[in-house]
Amino acid sequence: MTLVEFWFMLIAVVWTGFFVLEGFDFGVGMLHGVLGGDEAGRRAAINTIGPLWDGNEVWLIVAGAAMFAAFPGWYATMFSGLYLALVLLLGALMARGISFEYRGKHDSAAWRRTWDGLMTGGSLVVPLLIGVALGDLLHGLPIDASGEYTGSFWTLLQPYGLFTGITLVAICVTHGATFIALKTEGEIHERALALARRAAPVTGLVVLGFVVWTHAIAGKGFLPNPVEIAAVLAVFAAAWLTREDREGWAFTATTIAMAAATASIFTELYPRVMVSSTNPAFDLTIHNTASGSYALKVMTIVVAIFLPVVLAYTAWTYYVFRRRLTSGEFRPKQTG
Amino acid sequence: MTLDLARWQFALTSINHFLFVPVTIGLAFLTALLQTAWHRKGQPEYLRLTRFFGTLLVINVAVGVVTGLVQEFEFGMNWSAYSRLVGDIFGAPLAMEGLIAFFLESTFLGLWIFGWDRLSRRVHLLTIWAVAAGTMASAAFIMAANSWMQHPVGYTISKTTGRPQLSDIWAVLTNPVFLWGYLHVLLASLVTAAAVMLAVSAWQLRRRGPDSFGFSLRLSLAVLVPAIILAMFVGSELGVIEARYQPMKIAAAEAQWKTCQPCSFSLFQIGGGNNDHTPTQILEIPHLLSLLATNSWNGKVIGLSPLQAQYQRKYGPGYYVPNVFIQYWAMRAMAYSAGLIVLLGLWGLWLIRRGKIVTSRLFLTAAVWAVILPFVMNTAGWLLTESGRQPWIVQGIQLTRAGVSPSVSFTELVISMVIFGLLYTGLGVVDAVLMLRYSRRELGPGPAQAEDADAPLPSMLY
Repeated sequence: MTLVEFWFMLIAVVWTGFFVLEGFDFGVGMLHGVLGGDEAGRRAAINTIGPLWDGNEVWLIVAGAAMFAAFPGWYATMFSGLYLALVLLLGALMARGISFEYRGKHDSAAWRRTWDGLMTGGSLVVPLLIGVALGDLLHGLPIDASGEYTGSFWTLLQPYGLFTGITLVAICVTHGATFIALKTEGEIHERALALARRAAPVTGLVVLGFVVWTHAIAGKGFLPNPVEIAAVLAVFAAAWLTREDREGWAFTATTIAMAAATASIFTELYPRVMVSSTNPAFDLTIHNTASGSYALKVMTIVVAIFLPVVLAYTAWTYYVFRRRLTSGEFRPKQTG
Repeated sequence: MTLDLARWQFALTSINHFLFVPVTIGLAFLTALLQTAWHRKGQPEYLRLTRFFGTLLVINVAVGVVTGLVQEFEFGMNWSAYSRLVGDIFGAPLAMEGLIAFFLESTFLGLWIFGWDRLSRRVHLLTIWAVAAGTMASAAFIMAANSWMQHPVGYTISKTTGRPQLSDIWAVLTNPVFLWGYLHVLLASLVTAAAVMLAVSAWQLRRRGPDSFGFSLRLSLAVLVPAIILAMFVGSELGVIEARYQPMKIAAAEAQWKTCQPCSFSLFQIGGGNNDHTPTQILEIPHLLSLLATNSWNGKVIGLSPLQAQYQRKYGPGYYVPNVFIQYWAMRAMAYSAGLIVLLGLWGLWLIRRGKIVTSRLFLTAAVWAVILPFVMNTAGWLLTESGRQPWIVQGIQLTRAGVSPSVSFTELVISMVIFGLLYTGLGVVDAVLMLRYSRRELGPGPAQAEDADAPLPSMLY
């Protein structure tokens, strides 16, 4: 494997890591109102990801920065081409990020309702827009010979891109529901499982459609690749496991489904990074957008040293906060 | 027009971002100091202060993080030609920042906030130090990237693509502009957070009497005074280095059109600006500019006009003088705010020595209002650095006007400007309200109130 190929794979892994980890945060953000029941329940739901979501979001920053560093041509065309979509994405990320920290900082129902709304909306819009963006990479955008995007905002909203976004949102919902089921006890746990039971089969159909469409667009032969098959199998496995009340395994299944769905976009994309709908000769590839080999070598060393460290303390964090939460502990204490 | 808007957007978003950054860097460090004091001495007061200022830190971090996200996206969104040209070098420190610093900072901040009752006291203390280390590491990487734009080193121009390519990472990480600039930023961050802690403590002492915030007041002064004095020395050394690599920047900071030797520094001027080459400079301090720009009593500073002629010979026709008005006044805004902070700090130390600090209402009032000074100082310092680099986006390699995204239209920039404007205003208001509200709260209960001093402390849940 060459350095350039390694960095494409690494970026795909980072995006996958982002969706696996932040995916359940999005799910919790979307579902905390539905599953919480009351204020104590909503707080319990949010606190399942309280210590985790901020670190999970760093995967997005690292994905962007790694694209910038390893494939500047990709980063430049994608970020300037998807301009308005990214403005909306940033708005949603800001609203959502702030809402976690600020909703509990002032004791008023209207204040909390406002932040809850922003949290729910933001958690829906972010995976939707990133899905549109990733779908567009594979489906193709008007890109000219000098690698510049030549379309408008509306060119970005293609059916496949939108469906990619919807697929990711659907997996986030199921993934978030299995996560809450795993991390709570009592009524909220039951409600999360019930929702996962209903959401998982629907998500399964959506993922099936997505995989078929992705494979058709990429045009790499008739047989689906193993990652795509894994995505479909995992999400139907999750549907079955939630019926059996095996939330731990169900969460494992939604994790695999999320990882495989994200990875299938990148496996079909390779070795391209952005498909040009203007002319296949103008496709951006890992080769015509990459940094020099010295820069890649330096960063490879940095990754080899620090990624294991990051994974180790992230795993430790999940271990520290392994305890299940209940709505009860967020109810005001009775006096006497 | 597109260029101007893109520049305004970057300037406004980064100035806004840097209101929060130094508070985060400095306050993480000060909170860690407070918690260490508690760990060592076991005084319940110190724990209550740790949690009080830690809450302010958390409120501040939230905005710093989301505004930082905008910064990272903006390179590609508005400056795609720049990103395409220099991503090979500029992208590497950004990627390292994410991997090495942001993960550390975010993960351990989560552990700190939620881990009070899950971790042993020693490990919990380590988490806040990890946060402080993460914030300082992130400043290192972004300063390495920025310093490369001021003084590009460690690269070769690729024969095939014509783009600069990283050839020596060590040179990038030992760039003198980076080493001195990074130190300068760290010290300025300590000054900023110490001034915030000082202002909050002073307000509390004035309002509630001298029982609770005396320790944080003394701690903030003990950090503030050495930090601001060192920051000024490091800043002056940075000025000498920048004068070597970016002579325009320093000449413009004194509106020095003609070459001088020795050169004086004016306290203010009448007229001046970009077209008036002979402003009336008032209260000139002889030899000071020579000292600031060259470290020698009789040093020569080449004027803007000869520099312009020299740059035209080197880079072709064009106007290479930065905005002189901004340079001149940013320099003074920065230096004068720093001077006032020094005076306030020395006044405070003198009062501590006389044992009157917590009762001097005049000092406490002044200390509250002085909180504005470090923010003026930081903003002016960045204007001096960044506006002084113009018309270059990377000194000598790419002009700012060549770095802008070719595919982004004027309308798109207007839309993003409006959306960011609304978001940042809303964010600013909410953040200001919460910061003020939480700064004015009484100290929370400490563990001494509980019957069992070793009982686990409640975590700071959402």
